[in-house]
Amino acid sequence: MPDTDAAAVAEKIRVLVAKPGLDGHDRGAKIVARALRDAGMEVIYTGIRQTPDMIAEAALQEDVHVIALSVLSGAHLELFPRIVDACRERGITPQNTLFLGGGIIPPDDAAMLQGVGFSAVFGPGAHTGDIAAYVREHVPALDRS
Amino acid sequence: MSGRLDELQARLLDGDRRALSRVLSWVENGDARGREMLRRLYPRSGRARIIGLTGSPGAGKSTVTNEFAKVCRARGLSVGIVAVDPSSPYTQGAILGDRVRMAELHADRGVFIRSLASRGALGGLSAATQDVVHVLDAYGKDVVLIETVGAGQDEVEIASTAQTTVLVNTPNMGDDVQTLKAGIMEIADVLAVNKADLPGVDRMVSALKALLSLAPDRDWQPPITPLVATKSEGVEQLVDACEAHHAHLVETGRLADAESARARQQIVALARGRVLANLLNEIGEERLSQLSTAVASRSTDPHSAAEAWVGGE
Ligand SMILES: Nc1nc2c(ncn2[C@@H]2O[C@H](COP(=O)(O)OP(=O)(O)O)[C@@H](O)[C@H]2O)c(=O)[nH]1
Ligand SMILES: [Mg+2]
Repeated sequence: MPDTDAAAVAEKIRVLVAKPGLDGHDRGAKIVARALRDAGMEVIYTGIRQTPDMIAEAALQEDVHVIALSVLSGAHLELFPRIVDACRERGITPQNTLFLGGGIIPPDDAAMLQGVGFSAVFGPGAHTGDIAAYVREHVPALDRS
Repeated sequence: MSGRLDELQARLLDGDRRALSRVLSWVENGDARGREMLRRLYPRSGRARIIGLTGSPGAGKSTVTNEFAKVCRARGLSVGIVAVDPSSPYTQGAILGDRVRMAELHADRGVFIRSLASRGALGGLSAATQDVVHVLDAYGKDVVLIETVGAGQDEVEIASTAQTTVLVNTPNMGDDVQTLKAGIMEIADVLAVNKADLPGVDRMVSALKALLSLAPDRDWQPPITPLVATKSEGVEQLVDACEAHHAHLVETGRLADAESARARQQIVALARGRVLANLLNEIGEERLSQLSTAVASRSTDPHSAAEAWVGGE
């Protein structure tokens, strides 16, 4: 058991990958979870059919840097803003946490989601490597004080 | 900085979950602020029941942990859960998936779950697990449940971290029961047989009894408790068995002994890390590389190199 102090573990990027909504397709979410793990991050995976409260509570308890959500049912406009609200109630805001959305999201919707605090939105064709790179680039700018 | 820490400490002790969460991260990361918070909070710890759950991957540890927490809550006890999953030795990344089986606890403010990656530690826990438990204890959790990685037979570290260790078995490992080496049997205070809805429970229970009869004499006979975690069956009995073990520890005065032993083990581990870090600082990475090259090329042997590094007796 190494001394955590002496071993000076750098702060690991922790990501919550969650699948809100009623559709049970978590293939995309799992692919993203694995890709971020392979990029050296610690991914908390919570499974399918997550309510906004479940997601916000997990983000709070796990003190994550990033909340990555995937919705394929088309319900993103309804679900994503509710998740941001549930997070805000707990002090988790776009200033201290990166909100990322994934799914089949038209450009107009993407703009709307950015308006409520989503930092970026990735479509089904997005390269997982790009998602990892985006996270690495933007996490240091978060206000984690 | 200390004003900010004062405020955070006050919020944490007032039950603020976000303050708790941030302090847990500092502690896990070996951050200086985590050390300071631990120094302040440690005197308030030592009140929680610490229960470890270990067993093979897929045995149902997370499901049992979820059920265990529900029973504790029904008995009016607040619960902290620490769930450890392995880090990849290649990328240092990890997928922490134990929460999937604990989804129903999310709405209960009396439960706080923290997932930890093992971060290179081999004993089934992570280096910071004990400190994370201390903080949850100081925060005021009545019970702290620790789910180990579950990678196999070497997970004896849980026994020195938890007061009561539950080994989660399943009936379908009946033929593999021989592989339950003496070590893991000796650390188990309670033997759960989960998935008792599957065939082979009786055989498994007999096999465990036979193994216990071969184990060295203890003044505590580990009870064997069948359960079906997915149907919430048998969980009350499991929790009662852990209670009985705790009562036994108190009666025999073992609880205090175990706490000293745990403290000793943690001090030694922390001191070892410091000594090694100091050595690396003083003598330097470069000297170590030279020695490694010398050993690799057979111009010296590992023992002589270590002696050349830290000095002989
Ligand atoms: N049949 C049956 N399956 C169970 C039971 N408990 C857990 N499982 C299943 O076993 C699998 C692994 O459970 P999990 O709790 O994740 O195991 P862990 O890896 O030890 O944490 C899941 O599919 C559970 O639903 C049980 O009592 N009976
Ligand atoms: Mg598990």
